[in-house]
Amino acid sequence: MTMPTSPADINALLDTMANAIREQFSDKRPLLVGIHTGGVWIAKALLKRLGDDFFDAPLGTLNIAYYRDDFTRIGMHPQVSPSELPFEVDNRHLVLVDDVFYSGRTTRAALNELFDYGRPASVTLAVLIARNGRELPIHPDIVGAEVTVAKGQHLKLRHENNSLSLIVRETEVKHGK
Amino acid sequence: MANNQLTEHGRLRHFLTIEGLKRPLLTEIMDRAEQFSGLGNRQVKKVPLLRGKTIINLFFENSTRTRSTFELAAKRLSADVMNFNISTSATAKGESLLDTLHNLEAMHTDMFVVRHNQSGAAEFIAQHVAPHVSVINAGDGCHAHPTQAMLDMFTIRRHKGQFADLRVAIVGDILHSRVARSQIQALATLGVGEIRVIGPQTLLPRDCQTMGVHVFHDLASGLEGVDVVIMLRLQLERMQGALLPSAREYYRCFGLTAEKLRHAKPDAIVMHPGPINRGVEIASAVADGPQSVILEQVTHGIAIRMAVMSMALGSQSDLQEAQS
Repeated sequence: MTMPTSPADINALLDTMANAIREQFSDKRPLLVGIHTGGVWIAKALLKRLGDDFFDAPLGTLNIAYYRDDFTRIGMHPQVSPSELPFEVDNRHLVLVDDVFYSGRTTRAALNELFDYGRPASVTLAVLIARNGRELPIHPDIVGAEVTVAKGQHLKLRHENNSLSLIVRETEVKHGK
Repeated sequence: MANNQLTEHGRLRHFLTIEGLKRPLLTEIMDRAEQFSGLGNRQVKKVPLLRGKTIINLFFENSTRTRSTFELAAKRLSADVMNFNISTSATAKGESLLDTLHNLEAMHTDMFVVRHNQSGAAEFIAQHVAPHVSVINAGDGCHAHPTQAMLDMFTIRRHKGQFADLRVAIVGDILHSRVARSQIQALATLGVGEIRVIGPQTLLPRDCQTMGVHVFHDLASGLEGVDVVIMLRLQLERMQGALLPSAREYYRCFGLTAEKLRHAKPDAIVMHPGPINRGVEIASAVADGPQSVILEQVTHGIAIRMAVMSMALGSQSDLQEAQS
């Protein structure tokens, strides 16, 4: 498909995702968790579409910085917002939300962190965009759109003036790497 | 001037002293500690940040509390920790410190946490470790105790929100206190409005004023209108060394009682790096009273030490934007 970049494109994908979540979880009182930063934006947009009552508690947010497998290689961003899960996860159905699914490493880190809070009954991964380049045997369950981008490009969600859009960027070349 | 605690990119490599560090770095340590302080609410009170790293607690001087909080901090970061017992160690059998150090380094150690009764010991060790090894000073002689100072700053920030308008009093043996020295440097760097030191002439450094502090020899007037009271532990050898007449005399003049505390602001907090001498520098009613945050300081010590350890071991390569 063509790259869904505009706010209108993103809104259509969000509608698709919200419908899928409504269908799959209508009788389960799920809990919603967004992965910082883009995943939280998407989760908020889904919450708006599904309504506060659909989920059993306020939105949870997850920062997976401490769970990345490349900490010693890349260090840590100085501004890390802490994870906040305002509910017990034990035996609950969680909808884990991210903006772009790429290698699968972020999801792995998020799952590890979630299990340090407790043992959920299930975790469903919902992402706005699933792109090529998977490196782990993990894949999303609910997807807004699947796209293919050239090697060396990456996708970045932008949040401006209360609307979400997607940009395609060339990956920066790091000196000495 | 380059600070040998920092990498070429200005990030923390060793943590030896507060001296020479800038406000943004101290703020970053506290911000990072803030994130770690929520860890206690989880089922698993651990993050995998330093998994596979080896940290050795090298304590040449006893300190149960500091060593335990360093050990717990390292374990909560998933590092492997070894406590090197100096009384049974090779140095006690005549091996030189550097030989011991190089042997421990050969065990693929990533960090040494050093406590020593000689000023400058941690810096000496930092100068001789391999480039990939970090050193954290857990107290050296009368010189510095930077993590204690940072956990104190963190405690103050949590209660007061900011530093600029605060009046902070440090009471007791300033002369021999590495804690006080580091606290004064941290408070000054963070821009505290007024730093006061209160104690008998014999326990204050001669060049006190050059440290940018106001000096008081009377507890009541020194505490007038302060927001934070930091009591220091009085070491009993000071009395044997004739710097003080007696513990009773010291308590009468400089012991913090409920009555003396009334000179401070009503919402002033009382701090103490521990262990406390009840009835010598502080009354039990104050140590256990509503204004005391002494036990909070201990809890905060874990978060601050996690912050410093993760920053030092996380600065071994350039920071890059991570991409999922």
